[in-house]
Amino acid sequence: MSEQWVEVCDADDIEEEDVIRFDHGDRTFAIYRSADDEYFATDGLCTHEQVHLADGLVMDNIIECPKHNGRFDYRTGDAKGAPVCVNLNTYPIKLEDDKVYLKLG
Amino acid sequence: MAQQRDYRIDASTLQQAQQVGLASADWHACKIDRKTLKRLMKRENQAPLAHFGLWLLLLIISGSVAFLAWGTLWCIPAFTIYGMLYAASDHRAHELSHGTPFRTGWLNTALYHLTAFMTLHEANFWRWSHARHHTDTLILGSDREIAVPRPPNLAKMLLDLCYIASGWVELKRIFRHAAGHLTKEDMTFVPESERPKVIWTCRIYVTIILGTVGWCLAIGSILPALFIVLPRFYGGPLSQLFNLTQHTALAENVLDHRLNTRTVKMNPIFNFLYMNMNYHVEHHMFPMVPFYHLPRLHDHIKNQCPSPYPSLWAAYREIIPGVLRQRKDPGYFVERHLPEKAKDTPRYPNGSRSTATA
Repeated sequence: MSEQWVEVCDADDIEEEDVIRFDHGDRTFAIYRSADDEYFATDGLCTHEQVHLADGLVMDNIIECPKHNGRFDYRTGDAKGAPVCVNLNTYPIKLEDDKVYLKLG
Repeated sequence: MAQQRDYRIDASTLQQAQQVGLASADWHACKIDRKTLKRLMKRENQAPLAHFGLWLLLLIISGSVAFLAWGTLWCIPAFTIYGMLYAASDHRAHELSHGTPFRTGWLNTALYHLTAFMTLHEANFWRWSHARHHTDTLILGSDREIAVPRPPNLAKMLLDLCYIASGWVELKRIFRHAAGHLTKEDMTFVPESERPKVIWTCRIYVTIILGTVGWCLAIGSILPALFIVLPRFYGGPLSQLFNLTQHTALAENVLDHRLNTRTVKMNPIFNFLYMNMNYHVEHHMFPMVPFYHLPRLHDHIKNQCPSPYPSLWAAYREIIPGVLRQRKDPGYFVERHLPEKAKDTPRYPNGSRSTATA
């Protein structure tokens, strides 16, 4: 599959230390803006119970699943303990002209 | 005696629940603005430190009075208060298992392990069990935390006021897990990678429990056990009365917490002891909201929910007749009434049945 950059949203559409959901085709992603104004992207669903992470809480570098408090480092996708054991996939992201782009491939 | 409904849990019952759309399903969530919810989900350290600090201080004071009064009649009220506070560890372990009270993670973890031992719920096992309860609340074939299976066993319910029936089950489970054995039911929700943690934590629990027994035998007095382990039993009635309000006599196999869960208004002392878990519809619908924000969450969504019960007594005026009726008719449940403008998603699917309204 060829790599492609997909426009997600305007940079200001995501508040600092927050997350939004982004659906593309049949895939769903979580797009984060950190307190340091950096952007990150992971799979959109928790690896524990397939819950949308965009409804969860961003705190420091952690996204917490809204259902069971499963915690991931959204910069690396690493699962940080029960009840999640499987890491999230992460995806490259870039800002151009105040727009957020996600790299798929 | 009416026929027992099927509460077995294994891989096949879970699969059946999934096939009919009841397990791992989408649940109704009340509408709430994302910014508001985000604000309510935010954690701090100050409020929970004050709460846990007061609870631990009261435990130390009542325990000290009980120790000094040992041998006099004054030790009875002192141990009654100490036991009630000790057994309230159940609600603290529950909230801490969600990881929601403290912003600082290690405070959640450390206090979770302390309170989980106090309530005799092995910490790792119950975290997984409770995650399932939140995924599939009162879904047959999946939820193993259905406190009152139908038809209700009144003898068990009475024994559990002092945690005797369930406590015995927990103790047996702790010893079984310490021996390295998990059942098929356990393995439906505890992943393989987590099982060693369950086993080793149970071994620590067993060491403390047997150490307490040995201490009692060595000094020829029950006094040590009155401070460790036994308070969960003799101090249990009020906590159990709180816990039974959560789901008892309400609908099973529905996908809406407004229909299978109660919110009960309580006085400030009960709110403190129960850690605001009387806002239980709110807790189930938005489990990431810490206990100290649940009353505010209630204010935001109450117009979309059935009326809360005005008191513990009001809840029991419904629960007691409901339980007695379920003894004869296990299909009966108390139907909750949604507000007029929130009736878009009442879901009582096949397999549930209401024979009366409350």
